[in-house]
Amino acid sequence: MAEASPAIEGWFTTGAEPALVGSRCTSCDSTFFPPLRPGTAGFCRNPRCEGEEFTAVELSRRGRVWSYTDAQYQPPPPYIPAVDPYAPFALAAVELPEGIVVLGQVAQGYGVADLAVGREVELVVEVLHTDESGERTIWRWKPVAELGEETDQ
Amino acid sequence: MSAHDVAVAGVGMHPWGKWGRSFVEYGVHAARAALADAGIAWTDVDLVVGGETVRNGYGGYVAGATFAQALGWNGARVATSYAACATGAQALDTARARILAGLSEVALVVGADTTPKGFLAPNAGERWDDPDWLRFRLLGMTNPAYFALYARRRMDLYGATPADFAAVKVKNARHGLHNPNARYRKEVTAQEVLASAVVADPLHLLDICATSDGAAAVVLTSLEFARKHGLAEPVRIAAIATVTPTFPNTVLDMPNLSTDPVGPGAEPVRTFKESIGHAAYEEAGLGPEDVDVAEVYDLSTALELDWMEDLSLCKRGEAEHLLRNGDTTIGGRLPVNPSGGLACFGEAVPAQALAQVCELTWQLRGRAEGRQVDGARVGISANQGLFGHGSSVILSR
Repeated sequence: MAEASPAIEGWFTTGAEPALVGSRCTSCDSTFFPPLRPGTAGFCRNPRCEGEEFTAVELSRRGRVWSYTDAQYQPPPPYIPAVDPYAPFALAAVELPEGIVVLGQVAQGYGVADLAVGREVELVVEVLHTDESGERTIWRWKPVAELGEETDQ
Repeated sequence: MSAHDVAVAGVGMHPWGKWGRSFVEYGVHAARAALADAGIAWTDVDLVVGGETVRNGYGGYVAGATFAQALGWNGARVATSYAACATGAQALDTARARILAGLSEVALVVGADTTPKGFLAPNAGERWDDPDWLRFRLLGMTNPAYFALYARRRMDLYGATPADFAAVKVKNARHGLHNPNARYRKEVTAQEVLASAVVADPLHLLDICATSDGAAAVVLTSLEFARKHGLAEPVRIAAIATVTPTFPNTVLDMPNLSTDPVGPGAEPVRTFKESIGHAAYEEAGLGPEDVDVAEVYDLSTALELDWMEDLSLCKRGEAEHLLRNGDTTIGGRLPVNPSGGLACFGEAVPAQALAQVCELTWQLRGRAEGRQVDGARVGISANQGLFGHGSSVILSR
């Protein structure tokens, strides 16, 4: 079996401390996610900036929940269900210190009961689904244990 | 009244439902109803504007021409508009612009759709640069999931409850009971809403609007033509706002995976949805205090509450209070969605913004049988769609 690979190229790193990759405009310093596709022309979305050059930057790994929900019904294609029968999963929109809100699924094992607006979460990389090329990974948001919630093991 | 008013000479609809027939059939039905309402012959129409439908092949892409051909080529100018959920309003705006420029006198605007069952999904094919495709592929992020994010924010920020959301459905179901064009005409109890399956927490199946077949049409004319035609005091279009967002757009919108970045001091003055209503009020020279009736886009029950605040009909976090107080029920201070809204119609994308205009026209004429808002003189509509589209139309009498 081939090694796990990102479901989309260039959007996140996969090391021990994975992070989303944004594009920062070299003219006005605005940072955007998703990053520009390599090889395509990019235009800064700031209407007062004509920047066309960007550098790849890793975004903060932690942020706070802007809002959250779950998918109790199986989404239609092009979503590829990970397991059969379908298993619901949670989704969170997370506000990063960079001032961007980024959507993501919530880490395996966590649901809406584990979330609240303002709660701190951390980026992890997990398997999204398996296709002909093997396991495909995606970024997910994992609730950070709050002070006093640490398990006393 | 202002120099850029135009007259709504006629309105018409094909009932919403799941009829399984061609969108052309619905569109022609609505168009003929609107022309009959106006007392204007099709052969006297000099501009036809169609709302594009993206799920019905080439005929849907050139909807204006498709309707014109189905009605019989009459030599009219033609245009087709697409602006997601705001399609109908943009089509109306195109018609209005040509009339105000003196280039057209009588315009027929038509939107019609035949929709599939279930979640709206992107067209087939792999498109790795299309956010609408990527949000499904990478996240399984459906439209109701976005609605649920907004609903959860209301709960956490303002103390809204699922019972409040259910109360919106109960109200709208009652409003739509006697609307002959509504698809669902049945009372619903709060218990039924809360007992229906959760689709995207905290929203239940009955909090979320269905997708429907349907069609709506509006005949617009210059005020001078209306006068000559014997329409002494027609309902007028006072404003059509179709503004785009302003950078940085800091509220997560469908189908995006993220917002624009907001730096310190770069906080926008208005959110996108607030700017839509604001632009409409400015154009009409009216304010929220002038509004007698509103038709807003209740894709979910909770979104109706958001829209009331986005249109400045009440302060942030106060919509639940108005709802609980009965203010937004017909007979209350400011009825919202007297037609029954999307709760009773389901969404037929290119027709929906026009359906809102049809309802407000009937309300302002005092002809909304079984759901009339007494003495309504000013009505406002609002909706938002994918990719920076949204609209608000103000009608006055």
